[in-house]
Amino acid sequence: MTLISRRSLLQGIGLLLASTALPSFAFAQDLPQGGRLVVAADSEPRNLNPAMVASNGVFFVASKVIEPLAEADASAEDGLAPRLAVAWEGSSDGLSATFRLREGVTWHDGTPFTSADVAFSALEVWKPLQNLGRIVLANLEAVETPNELTAIFRFSKPTPFQLIRNALPVVTSVLPKHLYEGTDINANPHNAELVGTGPFKFAEYKPGEYYRLVRNEAYWGEGQPHLDEIIYRVLPDRAAAASALEAEEIHLAAFSAVPLADLARIAQVPGIKVISEGYEGLTYQLVVEINHRREELSNVDVRRAIAHAIDKQYVVDTIFLGYATAAAGLFPQNAPEFFNPEVPQYDFDVAKANELLDAAGYPRGENGVRFSLKLLPAPYFNETRQFGDYLRQALAEIGIDAQLVNNDSAAHQKAVYTDHDFDLAIAPPVFRNDPAISTTILVRSGAPEGTSFSNQGGYANAELDALIDQAAETVDTEERTQLYNELQVRVAEDLPLINVAEWGFITVARDTVINVGNNPRWAVSNWADVALQQ
Amino acid sequence: MNSALRLIGRRAISSIPVLLIVVIGTFFLLELAPGDAVDAYLVSIGGGDAALTEQLRAQYGLDQSPLSRLWLYVTALLRFDLGWSVGFNRPISELILERLPNTFYLMGSATALSFVLGTALGIVSGARIGSLRDRLLSIGSLALYAVPSFWLGLVLSVVFAVQLRWFPTSGIETIASGKEGLDRVLDIARHLVLPVSALAMIYLALFLRVMRAGMAEIWRQDFVRAASAKGISRSRIVLRHVARNALLPVVTMLGLQAASILGGSVVIESVFAIPGFGRLAQEAVALRDAPLLMGIIVVSALLVILVNMLVDLVYAFLDPRVGASEASR
Repeated sequence: MTLISRRSLLQGIGLLLASTALPSFAFAQDLPQGGRLVVAADSEPRNLNPAMVASNGVFFVASKVIEPLAEADASAEDGLAPRLAVAWEGSSDGLSATFRLREGVTWHDGTPFTSADVAFSALEVWKPLQNLGRIVLANLEAVETPNELTAIFRFSKPTPFQLIRNALPVVTSVLPKHLYEGTDINANPHNAELVGTGPFKFAEYKPGEYYRLVRNEAYWGEGQPHLDEIIYRVLPDRAAAASALEAEEIHLAAFSAVPLADLARIAQVPGIKVISEGYEGLTYQLVVEINHRREELSNVDVRRAIAHAIDKQYVVDTIFLGYATAAAGLFPQNAPEFFNPEVPQYDFDVAKANELLDAAGYPRGENGVRFSLKLLPAPYFNETRQFGDYLRQALAEIGIDAQLVNNDSAAHQKAVYTDHDFDLAIAPPVFRNDPAISTTILVRSGAPEGTSFSNQGGYANAELDALIDQAAETVDTEERTQLYNELQVRVAEDLPLINVAEWGFITVARDTVINVGNNPRWAVSNWADVALQQ
Repeated sequence: MNSALRLIGRRAISSIPVLLIVVIGTFFLLELAPGDAVDAYLVSIGGGDAALTEQLRAQYGLDQSPLSRLWLYVTALLRFDLGWSVGFNRPISELILERLPNTFYLMGSATALSFVLGTALGIVSGARIGSLRDRLLSIGSLALYAVPSFWLGLVLSVVFAVQLRWFPTSGIETIASGKEGLDRVLDIARHLVLPVSALAMIYLALFLRVMRAGMAEIWRQDFVRAASAKGISRSRIVLRHVARNALLPVVTMLGLQAASILGGSVVIESVFAIPGFGRLAQEAVALRDAPLLMGIIVVSALLVILVNMLVDLVYAFLDPRVGASEASR
């Protein structure tokens, strides 16, 4: 067997492409240098370390200081641009993955970056401590470092390289081993005073007021970064963020800090741009979670009736003011690698919904009500709460009386994910580039009690479980994608949950800010190419 | 002076059970709310597996029974230890000390401004009850009082910060400006103009109304009629006889005002992004950070006790009868 398999040939090409320089270098010389970019921050994470807490709130600040092995890039091979790794390759048996690391990178304290840092981060931080790494790297056994610029991950079970690759931007923020080794990682002071390899160095944090990052003069990216400073100004009130933009006190508000209802007005203000690009890799999904322990809801026709009762386009137009897309399945359309357009759809059809309920044996009572349900909208977004009000009305149309229960986030978390004290809940899960990271757990049965943002409705379907498990170990990318395509069809047929809409956030910026929204995870990427017109 | 010391001593001792009741009451009220700090934290990081949840609960002692947590908290409090904030991952005393000064600047200036202006306008109003001037001031103050503080704050911000750009929209000082000394003081003062105005305008109405009502009462008293029969000038009667006596209830108001430091500043601190005590309280609630919230409540209870003690002293000074009866009880 001396034939080179098609797969390893393709991987070779992938390596070549991945190792070529970033395309943005060509424009580097034309961009203005210097300046202080002031952006709005609406929260102050208690732990700013992205290697431990993979969340958008943390990445927003930390991704400029601490870099992952690779970052999302829609125009690059596999949608990935190199960062600390310049090339990557998975073995055909799925038992190892090799990363070639960037040469000549130093930490902000001057120590050279090596494969030992990657090995340490993977084994001591990502796998045991990080909320997402615990899932993705569950089978990671060892990391070999044959030389300073090579790290080889060894897995105990076949692990699809597609998953590892898709998880690189979120899971693999590398920490400096020399500052963490031998300390209590949870209590390390560098979880707040970050030390990384990124284009900006952590300078100062004034609680309640701002974070300040300054230019890393020794950054590996040629001519980068362009800004001298980034300041994250803490503005908890949304109206305050909009005023500060108008008064030119800040340059930029990301993550829809300016409420959707204000966008039309603020877009008219001279010098201000409304930008919806740059969130394709952080798609939020609006989902109706269903408690399958409830007899009526364990009937698939009742679930289908509910799906028919929801006017998705109305939700998109009225609640999201057009800044969203009607959902067409378990995976978002922004994930073309996995999205399968060939799945059953449930059109808005109240008559059909009523028919289904009648046929299922739930006739209307004297007051026109078939049965009552407890509906818990998640309080995290205005839109989830507003959709709760809408869903209540939509269900009333088909004779289901929904009692709204509005909780704060801690109470909602406990009611839905610990106590299962709900019939329907409205949740905004995030699709993180690969179904295995945080999406299949929404429908897989058997998660331990109290696992948050998982299948809390008690849905159990052995066929689906088998599909998910098979995909988790299928090394061949095409085959794995095929399995997920099938999963999507099965989910659409049996409706363990109902996907309603998909949305990204909106950035509002002064038009002096250059290169806003130019990659799929822009708000949480390193901003090395962001510049300020002087 | 001796009676003043006795008053302080007695108040200090009686405040201990008050504080204990506040702590225990707050603890059980918070216990009644479903969910805890770990639930709130999981939401903020986008979830984790069950083992992580357990590990976090154990780390912060949230897996223990409510009674043993209360016991730990109270015994720590007796050692003047406010504990560790789950939501911010920092010592609570540090957080509170960091935020208190900003709220003091804000509330101190707003209270002083509304007290001085409100009392003065109250005298103007109460000097001739029923006059056109009096009626205009009454209507104006009622209208201001009816306006919600966040709305007034937003309007001021839109007009004077966004449109005219006379003042900054938000914050307590220019960020990372490196200003020091007098420059920094002036910078902070400039940032405080709008929030202090928003707060003061609302409290102003209260002082005006109380002052005016007090004066209306005193005009009817015999000694005022006697004074005017003696031929004392009207302005002297207004200031010396009427206003001075009407001031007592206004001082009481001032004391009550201190108790509303938290409530009043939460909204304004949020609208103007001032990292103060009120916003800390709001964040503690959002993060379900029970020890932090209790620390905040204990400290504000202490402040209220302190301010009321001061008010009583001022009272005793203004009206010696009060001090004597309080101290001999």
